[in-house]
Amino acid sequence: MALIEVKNVQTVFGSKVVHNGLNLHINEGEIYGLLGPSGCGKTTLLREMVMLQEFHGGSIEVLGKKIESISERDAQELRQRWGVLFQFGALFSSLTIAENIALPLKEYTKLSKDMIETIVKFKIKLVGLQYSDAHLYPSEISGGMKKKAGLARALAMDPKLLFLDEPTSGLDPISAREFDRLILQLRDMLGLTIVMVSHDLQSIYDTLDRVAIIDNKKIAYEGTLDEVTSVKSDFIQTFFKEHA
Amino acid sequence: MKNSYLLSDFTKNTLSLNFQGELTLCTITSFQKELEKLSYNDVVKIVINLNDVSYIDTAAAILISKIRYKANTQKIPVELVCENGNFLKTIQLVENKVDFKTPIPHTQTLTFLEKTGYIFSEYYRGFVAFIAFFGELFVTKFRYLTSLHKIRYKEIFFEMNESALKALGIIALTSFLIGLVVAYQSAYQLKLYGANIFIVDMLGISIFRELAPLITAIVIAGRSGSSYTAQIGAMKITQEIDAMRTMGFEPFAFLVLPRIIALMITMPLLIFVADMMAIFGGMIVANIDLHITPQLFIDRLNEVVAAKHFFIGLIKGPFFAFLIATIGIYRGLMVKDDTQSIGFNTTKSVVESIFAVIVCDAVFSIAFTNLGI
Repeated sequence: MALIEVKNVQTVFGSKVVHNGLNLHINEGEIYGLLGPSGCGKTTLLREMVMLQEFHGGSIEVLGKKIESISERDAQELRQRWGVLFQFGALFSSLTIAENIALPLKEYTKLSKDMIETIVKFKIKLVGLQYSDAHLYPSEISGGMKKKAGLARALAMDPKLLFLDEPTSGLDPISAREFDRLILQLRDMLGLTIVMVSHDLQSIYDTLDRVAIIDNKKIAYEGTLDEVTSVKSDFIQTFFKEHA
Repeated sequence: MKNSYLLSDFTKNTLSLNFQGELTLCTITSFQKELEKLSYNDVVKIVINLNDVSYIDTAAAILISKIRYKANTQKIPVELVCENGNFLKTIQLVENKVDFKTPIPHTQTLTFLEKTGYIFSEYYRGFVAFIAFFGELFVTKFRYLTSLHKIRYKEIFFEMNESALKALGIIALTSFLIGLVVAYQSAYQLKLYGANIFIVDMLGISIFRELAPLITAIVIAGRSGSSYTAQIGAMKITQEIDAMRTMGFEPFAFLVLPRIIALMITMPLLIFVADMMAIFGGMIVANIDLHITPQLFIDRLNEVVAAKHFFIGLIKGPFFAFLIATIGIYRGLMVKDDTQSIGFNTTKSVVESIFAVIVCDAVFSIAFTNLGI
């Protein structure tokens, strides 16, 4: 079943065409990668899927809702069913790590305080942070920790769908591989569907089930990584050459 | 969204918890609180049945392991009836990671003495930092004054336009209204004594000496001083200032001095505009309310208000400008690596610069009076 369907999407910034008719679909339970050279509009497409950016043609369907014509109520419900991890964490700087993770739980559920704290502690452990980091403010922790805390916040509501924008960039190789393992584990156990933008080859090969490669405003390739090198595209040939 | 519910049954000292439906964060709320309050007195055995459950998420798994943990501490055996391997895996994952004992450590609370010490040391450090900023400012200033070709004229003119000329409209309007209001309020009092013509003396001295410079300074502090802080603060967060330093562009020469010089040059001009507009406002009220013709008003102004009052007002300009610009920029450079401190420092910048302007004005008042000017 396709959780996300992108049909003929067009995006224009001023006089610059970013996407000229993108088509792709993401199935349930998949770890799906959006790849491509810098400036090809991967992050833009991700932002369009989570309703942060308008697109100028075509349609995007997420969890059965067409987001170009979605009502405010449906949009709000949709937002509770996905988690988004931004490239630099985007934690709220006035709240501690624990408060950042607890925020959606406090706002959207009626769970007891004690239960929320247990969930927060579980998420902190799950992403590999320590309890002693919980009371720190975002300005007091490193970039890698911000990313982990951002993932914990994205996972707070146990979403079915997770969007990750360059999850392993800025992490040391050990943390990056741990992150990959964590993502695979989450998918296997909780049946998450994960959409990510990534440049990390190791992470791409370790985690992704299927990929879409955006090049020249179009999808240059969509499918598994096994056949990717058969496509004639400069970007694909250089990017995947060493691994092939 | 599917609902979940709990069928609980207590027979023969056995508590059976029969969960049904889709167990998620949102659906478990209906019974989560009651379940936690449940006491296990007289309970010999607990049976948790998950066979009628269609899906569980980690929050639900935490709830289940919480029951198991609580039962465990009271040495009550728990039987988990679950045929779905994935559910067991989720519960396993949760039980590996979750910890019900250790609370999240909170920041330790400070005693009164520690707090006081902390506040004072912060003030002291702030004071030292300000002195250091001042020192650096003067050193750069002298270095650049000795080599005139290094002064960044382009930035200075840009800042003159941005922070002063674009403020002309609001300053003209504000001072016009102040002139109007002051004249209107005093016209009534003067009329009582039949001292109509003295409105010119009063307006002339108060506007030229005090009101116009102060109004201008306050508007500029709120408008341009705050924008200096926010702009430089944001540049600090995005590491632009660090980038400038590593490339050998002295931020003081590129950012600080042009702003201070631009504001010091334009402030007297703005005060002049404020003077004219406020007198104009007063003149209108004098004409309508007290029947003093503009011709008479100007003649009288010439006669009784000495030029020194006008010049004293203008002279204050560069001093006020210096205070507003330095405080605005200093506060911008004090911004730390989070978004909140931009707001905090911008507020501080405006409050401190208005306060500094008023203190400076008071010092001028005393000095000029004692000097007999």
